[in-house]
Amino acid sequence: MAENHPVGFQWVIEAREKNKATVIHVDPRFTRTSAMADIWVPLRCGSDIVFLGGLIHYVLENEKYFREYVVHYTNAPTLLREDFRDTEDLDGFFSGWDAEKKLYDPTTWLYEGSPEKGALFGGPLPKVEKDQQQAGHEKRGIVGPGQTAETAKQDFTLRHPRCVFQVLKKHFARYTPEMVEQCCGVPKELFQKVAEAYCSASGPDKTAAICYALGWTQHSKGVQIIRAASILQMLLGNMGRPGGGIMALRGHASIQGSTDVATLYDILPGYLPTPIFNRDARSLKDYITYNKAKTGVWSDFDKYIISFLKAYYGDSATAENDFCFDYLPRVTGDHSHFGFWLDMADGKVEGLFLMGQNPGVGGPNARLERKALAKLKWLVVRDMVEVEPASFWYKSPEVERGELSPETVATEVFLFPASGVSEKAGTFTNTQRLLQFHEKGGDPPGDSTSDTWFMVHLGRRLKAKAAADPRPRNAPLNALKWDYSVAGKDAEPKVEEVLQEINGWTTADHRLISGSSELQADGSTACGTWIYSGCYPEPGRNRPNERQSRDLYGHGWGFAWPSDRRILYNRASARPDGKPWSERKKLVWWDEQQRQWTGLDVPDFYRDKPPDYKPPEGAVGAAGIGGDQPFILHPDGVAWLFVSAGLKDGPLPTHYEPLESPLPNPLYKGSNSDPAAMKRERPDNPYARSPGDPSFPYVLSTYRLTEHHTAGGMSRTLSHLAELQPELFCEVSPELASEIGLKHGAFATITSPRGIVEARVMVTNRLKPLSVEGRSIHQIGIPFHFGTNGLVTGDSANDLLPISEEPNVRIMEAKALVCDITPGRRPRGKAALEFLARKMEAA
Amino acid sequence: MSTATNLQGHSGQTTAFLTDSTLCIGCKACEVACKEWNGVSADGFDWSGFSYDNTGAVGHSTWRHVKFVEGNPQPGFGGNAGEAISWEFSSDVCKHCEVAGCLEACPTGAITRMEFGAVYVQPDVCNGCSYCVVACPFGVVQKNVEDGRAFKCTFCSDRQRVGLEPACAKACPTQSIKFGEINQFRNEAQDRLQELKARGIEDATVYDPQDTSVGGIHSIFLVRGDPRTYNLPPKPEVPTIYLKDGWRSAGIAAGMMVVAGLAAFLSTPAKNGKRLEGAGR
Repeated sequence: MAENHPVGFQWVIEAREKNKATVIHVDPRFTRTSAMADIWVPLRCGSDIVFLGGLIHYVLENEKYFREYVVHYTNAPTLLREDFRDTEDLDGFFSGWDAEKKLYDPTTWLYEGSPEKGALFGGPLPKVEKDQQQAGHEKRGIVGPGQTAETAKQDFTLRHPRCVFQVLKKHFARYTPEMVEQCCGVPKELFQKVAEAYCSASGPDKTAAICYALGWTQHSKGVQIIRAASILQMLLGNMGRPGGGIMALRGHASIQGSTDVATLYDILPGYLPTPIFNRDARSLKDYITYNKAKTGVWSDFDKYIISFLKAYYGDSATAENDFCFDYLPRVTGDHSHFGFWLDMADGKVEGLFLMGQNPGVGGPNARLERKALAKLKWLVVRDMVEVEPASFWYKSPEVERGELSPETVATEVFLFPASGVSEKAGTFTNTQRLLQFHEKGGDPPGDSTSDTWFMVHLGRRLKAKAAADPRPRNAPLNALKWDYSVAGKDAEPKVEEVLQEINGWTTADHRLISGSSELQADGSTACGTWIYSGCYPEPGRNRPNERQSRDLYGHGWGFAWPSDRRILYNRASARPDGKPWSERKKLVWWDEQQRQWTGLDVPDFYRDKPPDYKPPEGAVGAAGIGGDQPFILHPDGVAWLFVSAGLKDGPLPTHYEPLESPLPNPLYKGSNSDPAAMKRERPDNPYARSPGDPSFPYVLSTYRLTEHHTAGGMSRTLSHLAELQPELFCEVSPELASEIGLKHGAFATITSPRGIVEARVMVTNRLKPLSVEGRSIHQIGIPFHFGTNGLVTGDSANDLLPISEEPNVRIMEAKALVCDITPGRRPRGKAALEFLARKMEAA
Repeated sequence: MSTATNLQGHSGQTTAFLTDSTLCIGCKACEVACKEWNGVSADGFDWSGFSYDNTGAVGHSTWRHVKFVEGNPQPGFGGNAGEAISWEFSSDVCKHCEVAGCLEACPTGAITRMEFGAVYVQPDVCNGCSYCVVACPFGVVQKNVEDGRAFKCTFCSDRQRVGLEPACAKACPTQSIKFGEINQFRNEAQDRLQELKARGIEDATVYDPQDTSVGGIHSIFLVRGDPRTYNLPPKPEVPTIYLKDGWRSAGIAAGMMVVAGLAAFLSTPAKNGKRLEGAGR
């Protein structure tokens, strides 16, 4: 965190200095963060679930959990079906595994008494044929119809053998300190120290927070690592309370914003799923039926999607034409970054817009990604500098190695100058869901324009063309509402108009609405992103641009979605009876006099619902959530220790080795790596043998440095940053260096089945060989910022990574793979390819 | 000494840096902010291999410099855990001495004392003689050989004059670099030292030499271990304190030369004669 979020890290330092917080850092390398921590825990790359599972085991075995919180606010008491089988029963598989299709049928993961397929809220749907490549956001898990308090059965003593609590206990029974030592390489005593420190910082009067970044997400089981962390936090009562939570430290300034307002192919703004062909895409009714929940916040799904369609299509969207639902694109396959890029490599993609992204350096198997660009007819790159994808055709390792040449690449490349952040107005959304508006600081140089300018004017031109051509294919473009006004000599769009559209208005009189509670399902409201609604509640009131912080939680500074709630699920900061757990950790509480929720934060709950409210039988929507059920996004109002629907690789996290690992899975013989993860193995995306390929004996992990920005386009080009880290280096332990003759400051060649890079050697005590299962495991660290352009250049470490896909969110495994390292510089030109080919032959 | 103090005396609010290395995360924001504000150019793209430090030391084109000292981290001990030093970062800068060697040595008057206590090299007056370079007890001032003049930290006098703190302190995300009133900082540094010792960080020290000829500095440091590790000499002295000794030695030497010359003059014929005679044998 100190490495990549130095500004945010000031709060960690403040917690350490002012509140005497203990800072624990778990990382294979000793980084700048470790240097500021009280306890550093080096562990083997990819063994995170064993470490977290060990903590869960410790909490359960030693009865350190926050019992009242767990009983009332989680699904610990809920009973599971009799036919559910755990990975512990089936050697690494949960029940429902289809070995042929390589995917799970999650029916047996449902709560006991939950209706199965075909009994959805609102009526039945056709049976869905799925395959592993069928991607798409599974909202149904979150809004799943079965998990209402109404149908579920509970045992509040937590003793029933089929209640979630007992299943959890059994599932993590083997995650002992011995297993942690054996698998992660973390000594028992150190593990004990961490477990004691973490548990002693949790309880009614205390909370502990977990911060994570791509070191957890970029794994073939990344979602399950974060699930393990959330189980730990739920057991210790650290959710919905001040000082608790799990903070996702995002990789860029507004990644949170780009997921909220959807740059991903499978979600529309506000986490509405993109309709999936053959699943829920036949009609708006089908789509709503599939995705609408019976109770909780998602029971208003129809209001969200219809208001969204009204924002997209304006007056063209009517009840008669399904509000233009048919014009929304459908998911027909894996259109994730990787699916898309592999299609491109196979010549199935004609053109591409790359805006502020540099997959030629930052993408996994960057070599494949650069070569795929040569299969395009046209490529538009918009950036502040000439980034590597814009120059791949004349300056790239592939050109050096004779794989591509300017004479033969047919791709027409258009490089547009883009303005930087300070040269345009707009908002950022940070990890706290806080929207902050920034004004334009100055004009961009030359012909540079903002991305908003480009999109608005591109849209205008496309619409003009479509209007002149009445073919049916142009109907969606003709229906699209695109009336953004522009001003100034450059005809710059007013971004505040976009923010107002995101906030929403009434369609009859264009009155800005105050929040998502005003949304309607009859077309009388339009709203671009329902979760952001309320950010622009009246003319002239741009809440993200407000800068008058009134209190400790920063109300008055920016706007945190939803409804300026600074801590999500904050109803959990009070006891079931509505009183705070403790004076020190009070946040929101029930005011008996006023008969409403009040406190230091905006209550993330139904304001006038008393704590003792019990939903009547058959209650739907908000009425279906009890007064003591804080997790209102879930239909059953509680946090999920066990996720009965919505995940593709299991209801509980369990340890699998990385797709490439030096070691066999110590827990299961049947499945070494996550069976649901996708390797996308093919000749241009090969893998080492796993476990234990003798040709690639070392573990490799990629990372970033404080001094550079991701793929380097914004730092390798600036002299004041470039001079701080001017060259690619790799970090190795003194033990590995002496074992194979690596010299500090000299060059080393690092090879994986995908690529070959050279880097300066940094021999440092900050890397330690780990003793794992009686063997010494060497781990190598390498930053991925370098490429062929800029003031400082170097090989791209991401050439070494495979394209792989975590099954739920389709992220690659960048933090745990295998490699070989040898002293000396890498071969040049064609010889590099021959070297790689020989290496693979030997393997 | 008293003459020197008067010569360098200044009025106005006396400001200082308090650089607390136990809060430094090694992000180098201070280095970059300094260069950006002051228009200092980058000084080369050379990978040093000295941990994460690639700018080397404070010099003509690096006025703030973060030093990286690698120890031998052991699992279970973080850097600030109190049990072991593992990776220390410390941001070095000009000390703006009360009695500044560079100022004393400057023959052209290019180096002056500004309000706030800053020691400032006026680039339009500097003739590049480099006397200041050798006169600085901290090795801060350096001549840019391409440009021909000497450069160092200006204490962001231009910012201070309009009520802004120096760029490095402004950019520091963890308040490792603080900027404020010097006497207040002297107390604060001692308080912080006591706090760190109470937390078990026994090797913390305040670096604030007041009893040497530099007469106090405007960049107080709080570091762990031996200050020399961070380029902070235990007893920095202004070279001019050796002037008296120097003149005395020179005087003695001159006197002895006069005596020797006279003696030689008085005795030359005889001795020469003898020697020549002797040589002749």
